[in-house]
Amino acid sequence: MRTALQKWALAVGAAAFFALPLVARAQVTTVEIGSRDNIESHVDGYTGHVKDAAYDYRRYCVSCHGPLGDGNGEVAAWFDPAMWPKPRDFQLGIFKCRSTPSGTLPVDQDLFDTIARGMDRSAMPPWSQFTRYQRANLVAYIKHFSPRFVSEKPGTPITIPAEPEVTPERIKAGRDVFARVQCWKCHGVQGMGNGPSAATLTDDQGRPIEAFNFTSGARPKCGDTDRDIYRIFMTGLDGTPMPSFADNIKPDEAWDLVFYLRTFMPQPSKERELAKTMHLEPVNPNAPAGQQ
Amino acid sequence: MHVLSRPSLRKVIHSAIPFIAFTVFVLPLVLSEPAHAIPAFARKYGLRCSACHETWPILNNFGLKFRDNGYQIMDDRDAPIWQNPSYWPATFRMTPLWHRFSNLQAVDTYAAGGVSGAAIQRITSTGVDLSGLDFLTGGTLYKNISFFLTPSADSTGAFHFETAATRFDNLFGSTWLNVKVGKFELNNLLSEKREVGLTGDGGEYQTYHFIPVGDGNIFGQMGDNQLGIEYLGHSYNDRTRVSAALLDSDDGNVNLTLGSNSYTGFFTFDQAFDAGKWDVQRVGAYAMVGQAATYYKTTGGVPIPGSGVNNQSFSRIGLTTLFYLGPHFDFSFVTQHGQDNAWFGQGYGDAVATDGNGGVTCTGPTATTPGCPPNATPGTTLPVTARAPIWNGYTMEARYIYSPQLIFIGRFEAERMQQQATLGVPQNLGNINLWDIIARWNPFMTNRAGLALQAEYTVLHQIGTGPTVGLTTANLNENELLLATDFDF
Repeated sequence: MRTALQKWALAVGAAAFFALPLVARAQVTTVEIGSRDNIESHVDGYTGHVKDAAYDYRRYCVSCHGPLGDGNGEVAAWFDPAMWPKPRDFQLGIFKCRSTPSGTLPVDQDLFDTIARGMDRSAMPPWSQFTRYQRANLVAYIKHFSPRFVSEKPGTPITIPAEPEVTPERIKAGRDVFARVQCWKCHGVQGMGNGPSAATLTDDQGRPIEAFNFTSGARPKCGDTDRDIYRIFMTGLDGTPMPSFADNIKPDEAWDLVFYLRTFMPQPSKERELAKTMHLEPVNPNAPAGQQ
Repeated sequence: MHVLSRPSLRKVIHSAIPFIAFTVFVLPLVLSEPAHAIPAFARKYGLRCSACHETWPILNNFGLKFRDNGYQIMDDRDAPIWQNPSYWPATFRMTPLWHRFSNLQAVDTYAAGGVSGAAIQRITSTGVDLSGLDFLTGGTLYKNISFFLTPSADSTGAFHFETAATRFDNLFGSTWLNVKVGKFELNNLLSEKREVGLTGDGGEYQTYHFIPVGDGNIFGQMGDNQLGIEYLGHSYNDRTRVSAALLDSDDGNVNLTLGSNSYTGFFTFDQAFDAGKWDVQRVGAYAMVGQAATYYKTTGGVPIPGSGVNNQSFSRIGLTTLFYLGPHFDFSFVTQHGQDNAWFGQGYGDAVATDGNGGVTCTGPTATTPGCPPNATPGTTLPVTARAPIWNGYTMEARYIYSPQLIFIGRFEAERMQQQATLGVPQNLGNINLWDIIARWNPFMTNRAGLALQAEYTVLHQIGTGPTVGLTTANLNENELLLATDFDF
């Protein structure tokens, strides 16, 4: 039998065990980050250097992402997650928009593209006016905040097969995939981001997060081409409830799903035109499997 | 009360010099911290002012893109419906300053018993003064519909609308289709409304305002905000920009007071290039071609406002460049080749001016009110010596940006007459040289307010437009020193 003192000691010890890493996280210093100053990026024909991005980071990025890259810039406190997501914590080394499998680091090109594209429905503007040289340097700068970029290699970008021709059959097949992998639970049966789970969604840090409303006319955060949408559900959006479906969906099915999602989106598309002639009904969550 | 004797006062002043030098030159270097956001837009987006401005109010490339997008960062959250209801897109700007102004004037000389004659003397005056007040409001009304409104007061508190424009952006989803209507700044790559200069002469670009001596064309004013409608198109990343504006030829004056049946076109094009580590380099061109009235119908000999006819032509064309040499140094160069019709050269064009030369309030043309512009009434002919005035202008502005909070600017402008309006007039009459040096330090900026301390020295030299005594006309020689606190909230 353990005594009360032993129980207390065990509890305190356990608490300390789990809390210490958090304390260590809170003590990340410029010295520690500075030790990674030699990290480089290699993208678009440029080699990016940390020191060459310091001025631009301070001018353009620091108010949101903070001097330590932890997402605690001076204005971060004012961001209402329901309206604008909190700035990315670069120290975690977790990024939504990747071409690499879920859980792996992005390649430099992913960060390079994200800077220019921005993040829709967030305070992250498209910094497309930067030169490629500036962006390459900023990629190195972003990487130097996280020790992951020292200890791990980036993932291998997924292969995206050539886009097939859109057909009514493919759109119908996409609807089946939408039902089978239960996209509707978050995104709703009509893609309006109002599925039964939508109100409960939080990101990895417990902050409320919205499911994407395909009908709003907004652009998906990680790009709005068909290939971008394909990539999103084959890599997932790390740090959010959007998982990777790489293990559940075959590449051909992924394209079907892209075509089906396009029918929700108000932008003119062949998929929308076809959907009108098909009189496509939304998925029925209660229908038996395979009987949509 | 302790009063310093002169020697001890001198000693105090001498001992203060190192402190003042330290404060002006060293302290800014030490204390310059990351710049924060300016009010209005920065409050809305949480970005520091340095994101959009090299130093406020000069736009950088991102700021230019933001403006070209209709004050939107294009994140689908630009519309005010997404903002906290208490957000109000407004900023006040005013500039208390100490000013030293020195120029030549014709001064009466005295002998026993009264005025004996006149002489040209330099008059220098100093004192604390105020600028005008700008009340800057702008932003989106809805996604892709925006506005900008600037009620502005001069230093006496007399208000006018400096800017009042509505914009419709990204029509049909294209960045190449943007339309603006109202009173607005012309699409000048080197923006006069965003220049840092605060002195009377340095606060505007001479090249944008130059007209030959005696010229009556009040409109050829690229620096003034104008009434009209503007089309703007730009690439997604703003590297390519093109605009065309149709403007009233009344120099931004409301109520159709001038030649309101005449119009002017203003066209610009510029292209930026990715120059790698040298940043983005931009080159462009502009052309202003238009007509303005030279004849106003009269009643009782007094011109009727808005009745301007007998339109004559004028043009301004030039090149603009904006070169960056890395993040800390940039260089702008603007040229102008200007030409007015001979009628303007002889002073016709502004017979309903509300304030003629020398402070005369004009109620009619020269014929009825001495000192006011003439009116080209029917039957008027030009003298045989009249010609179209032609000139060339050059503006060079270099900026060293130590940090977004500390900037040094040097500017030189030269305006050179190529052909005078009247045969026989000296070729260099009206030529201008201007030098302007500025140091501007923002000790802090927050997304609620901004404050800049500015030191500026301007010298303006114009040939043959100074005071006249007898048969002698001096050159215009002015210099200004200004120490200002420029704040906005």
